[in-house]
Amino acid sequence: MNLRIQEPRAPRNTDVALPAGGIVSVAVPAPTSPIRSYLQSRGNSSMADSTFRWLMLLCALSIFAIVALIATELVTHSQITLAKFGWKFFVGSAWDPVNNNFGALPFIYGTIMTSIVALVIAVPLAVGVAVFLTEMCPKALRGGLSFLTELLAAIPSVVYGLWAIFVLVPLLRTYINPFLIDVLGWTGLFVRPDFGIGMFAAGVILAIMILPIISSLTREVMSAVPHTQREAVLALGATRWEMIRMGVLRNARIGIVGSIILGLGRALGETMAVAMVIGSSPTISKSLLAPAATMASVIANEFAEASDDTYRSALIEIGLALFLVTIVVNILARLLVWAVTRGAPARVS
Amino acid sequence: MGGDAGRAGEGELMSGAAVSLRASALNRRWRWVANHMATWLAVGATLLVIAPLVAIFVDLVYKGAVSLNWNFFTKLPVPVGEKGGGMANAIVGSGVLLGLASAMGVPIGIAAGIYLSEYGRGTKLSILVRFTADVLNGVPSIVMGIAVYALIVAPMKGFSAFAGGVALGIMMIPTVARTTEEMLLMVPHSIREAALGLGVPNWRSMLSITLKTALPGVITGCMLAFARVAGETAPLLFTAFGNNFWSTALNQPIEALPLQIYVYALSPYDEWHRLAWAGSLVLIALIVLAVSLVRYVTTRGALKGAR
Repeated sequence: MNLRIQEPRAPRNTDVALPAGGIVSVAVPAPTSPIRSYLQSRGNSSMADSTFRWLMLLCALSIFAIVALIATELVTHSQITLAKFGWKFFVGSAWDPVNNNFGALPFIYGTIMTSIVALVIAVPLAVGVAVFLTEMCPKALRGGLSFLTELLAAIPSVVYGLWAIFVLVPLLRTYINPFLIDVLGWTGLFVRPDFGIGMFAAGVILAIMILPIISSLTREVMSAVPHTQREAVLALGATRWEMIRMGVLRNARIGIVGSIILGLGRALGETMAVAMVIGSSPTISKSLLAPAATMASVIANEFAEASDDTYRSALIEIGLALFLVTIVVNILARLLVWAVTRGAPARVS
Repeated sequence: MGGDAGRAGEGELMSGAAVSLRASALNRRWRWVANHMATWLAVGATLLVIAPLVAIFVDLVYKGAVSLNWNFFTKLPVPVGEKGGGMANAIVGSGVLLGLASAMGVPIGIAAGIYLSEYGRGTKLSILVRFTADVLNGVPSIVMGIAVYALIVAPMKGFSAFAGGVALGIMMIPTVARTTEEMLLMVPHSIREAALGLGVPNWRSMLSITLKTALPGVITGCMLAFARVAGETAPLLFTAFGNNFWSTALNQPIEALPLQIYVYALSPYDEWHRLAWAGSLVLIALIVLAVSLVRYVTTRGALKGAR
């Protein structure tokens, strides 16, 4: 590609080189050619070309600059707590702005628990939807249904939050939570008091939000599995489910794991909907029905009222941690998805 | 599901032929049951996923439409207890913020896309840029918010519309760059070669030939980024901050539709809740319009299969 783009420049170079070498330019077409003189009258575009090229390169590099800028800004503005608490910041469970004592453990716990709930609910559903849409769905329905699931991804976080407050939380409180307390109360994960809001409600709304991401990527990965695989399994007399299980899911599993991790990345950083239903309480409790806070939600809820420098620095440090964690998670997920959709190590099994 | 039963029957016949080898009648029965269970589970999962979507839309239209009236679009918010407030300032504010964000994110994003597809095809640098763009796409929006707070709001000692626009603009860049790149990659080489063969300078051929050919797709990408950013609240909390009055000044706090919805949703007043639903309906209508437009453009002609 590069070669081809540079080709038009090549004759110009020889033009310059030939007279410099002092050789009579026999091969060069007559300078009186109307096309050539027309082009020369328009000037040499190599200046414009290279300027344009550098401009485009600059814009491409701005993406690196943005990441670097975010990182440096977050680090410099969290200096106070970085210096004061060090690593203990992430294992301390006290969050006491009045006495300037900060530990982020409650938020890390809240983030992990809500993400686990979200994944437990979303993964089977997302894979089910992807299987249905790629392998079973009649062609006429496929476009509409995939559009609907993509529409789920387009709904803003704050609208999910609004819906969760006024529809989902009452629904959970009156029907689903009492049932879960009866059936799964013995695990200690679902015990009263039950206010409706809390980690479980946040997990459910997160599940709805990350579903489209997981299912659309899973679909992509599944359609990257060659048709010959499916045909081979079917030809051996497999039922459709066996074909999906052995021919498709097994080949696509690395990519499916990648898409799940990508969904996890989204769940970890999701802010508004979670902040609206989790109850904002910096506590660690075993019950999923208890109010808590996540790393993202505590920033959203407390940053505006953080007048003290240390308080603000603590919140920015949480942001820094969130930034680093989501970057690692995203890199991992992208590598896994790429590995499959590029077709390289996918067929190891 | 009629065809489904037929296919399962075929499976039964096939394994019936191989019965002497391995499949017992019980095994066959189990495979039949497993097949049907899997089918119904997948159908059930799909229905379960569609259910909240339908519920959200029904609730939005049902609860939002009743408080949607002329006042909503023309009046400022009123104090608690008074009737007839609107979100005019939030709608205008969102427009200002999105305009700023697009002015920043679209040109840089398109330029980065041009670099990736026209200059950097297959080079290590472009792979790295592409990868970083994907990763940047996954960075939580709240992190963007506090980063821009640290970058602009803290040094300038005040929340501003400009900071909000920058935060949203940064979020647009990766999406625009990646879709632009994908669309440019679909432009056939012969078109570029024809332009270059006519002596058109390289930069000119990229802008007025390659980019122009891919323009519908590029616009699609911009609309997608726009739709995504239009509903963002978290990056605006500490940058644009919100403002109860008319303001279009770039150095002053400004209201935005998602911010207003957030504040109203968490308030204890029924009147404000109704306004929050109405605001959400307007926001969703805007976004669904953009997404459907995108869908319409991408499923036509040369751009088919782009997504």
